[in-house]
Amino acid sequence: MIAIEALIKIVVLVVIILTIVAYLVLLERKISAYMQDRIGPNRVGPKGLFQPLADVLKLVLKEMIVPAKANKFIHALAPVISITVAVGALAVIPFANYIVIGGQKISLLIANVNIGVLYILALSSLGVYGITLSGWASNNKYSLLGGLRSSAQMISYELSLGLSLVGVLMIDGTLQLDKITMAQSGGLWNIIYQPIGFLVFVTAAFAETNRLPFDLPEAEPELVGGYHTEYSGMRWGLFFLSEYTNMIVSSALMVTLYFGGWSLPFVNYSALGANLAALVQFVTFFAKLGILIFVFMWVRWTLPRFRYDQLMNVGWKIMLPLAILNLLGTGAVMLALK
Amino acid sequence: MNWYDILFYAFALITVVSAAGVVLSRNIVYAAFSLLFTFFGVAALYVLLSADFLAITQILLYVGGVLVLIVFGVMLTNRANKVEVKHGGLTLAPAVLVAGVIAGTLIGVLTTTKWPAASFEPYEETARPLGALLMTQFVLPFELASVLLLVALVGAVIIARREKARRV
Repeated sequence: MIAIEALIKIVVLVVIILTIVAYLVLLERKISAYMQDRIGPNRVGPKGLFQPLADVLKLVLKEMIVPAKANKFIHALAPVISITVAVGALAVIPFANYIVIGGQKISLLIANVNIGVLYILALSSLGVYGITLSGWASNNKYSLLGGLRSSAQMISYELSLGLSLVGVLMIDGTLQLDKITMAQSGGLWNIIYQPIGFLVFVTAAFAETNRLPFDLPEAEPELVGGYHTEYSGMRWGLFFLSEYTNMIVSSALMVTLYFGGWSLPFVNYSALGANLAALVQFVTFFAKLGILIFVFMWVRWTLPRFRYDQLMNVGWKIMLPLAILNLLGTGAVMLALK
Repeated sequence: MNWYDILFYAFALITVVSAAGVVLSRNIVYAAFSLLFTFFGVAALYVLLSADFLAITQILLYVGGVLVLIVFGVMLTNRANKVEVKHGGLTLAPAVLVAGVIAGTLIGVLTTTKWPAASFEPYEETARPLGALLMTQFVLPFELASVLLLVALVGAVIIARREKARRV
């Protein structure tokens, strides 16, 4: 019974997320177009709304070219690792509290593990494999350089990412994401207690998702296409999907940790009844998610790319000390208030 | 045989087979890859033992940290994927001796230890008690380990720097 319930939740969630991802691509193209005073895609369907369908069809039907000297097995494996890791992280994110069907409480969380935050950190540390291995297996110098850059970048920013989170964990005293949401639902959101931690987290999240201004692994003018230079068809599509899914995961994590998750301040959910409350929470969560994803895109089309040494300087000499200071400050204040 | 047993044997099989792959593979890249599955298998075994914190730390540190560095090193080394790792030969006798002694010790421990069968209580939070123990009862070993790591780090930097100075 538990297995069937989990399976249904997984299928529903993956379908929802992949649909969102397809439309995020359209959204990004529209936003970039408006920022550059263009119109953007508007040929397929009304106002270009069917563009994602056309894109997916194109990707599925295209030939997947494998270079002659590539390592065939790893070349095929790398995009699979990327997308698995990205989608897997969604399992522990609480999108709403619970619904009641036939008198049974069903939590809207696929896996309620005790160590949800660590689980997401562990998965994000695995994301580097997809990129590094694709770069190596392609047997192409640009791919390899892109893959190596990405490894260095992700290892450097993982530290600040992890350390910046610890402040939130100290305040709420748990690693469970639904308990962190619960702790915020009555009072203030964590961003008010942890502004510096949030800043470091956002920066590190941009670096971990390889988005501008930190998209050095695929810097087009220097590296052709970076790690996915030698990929085409649906294998390239999987890298694309995982980039956008990673963006959703990072934003969802930010919503949960810093912006109160599915909760809204001053709303009494018990008056609504469980199912209606769940719907409101669901919509709330996705509204917050949408705003953060918009920030991701906004930043991408606003800031220029960092140079490699600047990237490393920011990571090790600014972000890491800031994260450690934030940690010490949080500890000191908590001790003083005790 | 219930689901728990089936899962245990599946993960144990993955761990042992991939560990054999690490040792027996002649291609250093494949050896590094097999290590990935070994680490995952061990992490899965930890999960089956309800040691969730340990399992996730295993993945975070070994798969996400140590192995990334190994793969990184292998890829940066010129033509590392063409190097054939040699087996056997001169080192066979000492290897058999050492492995035999270790195997004997392990089997001895396995057979003489009384294994207390704890009652099965899954999914208790382990992160909090572990943290509390590290900060109270085991604070000295914990700090010593961190100092040791720092020493290793500084040593690595010094070695890297010296080589650079000589070349100039």
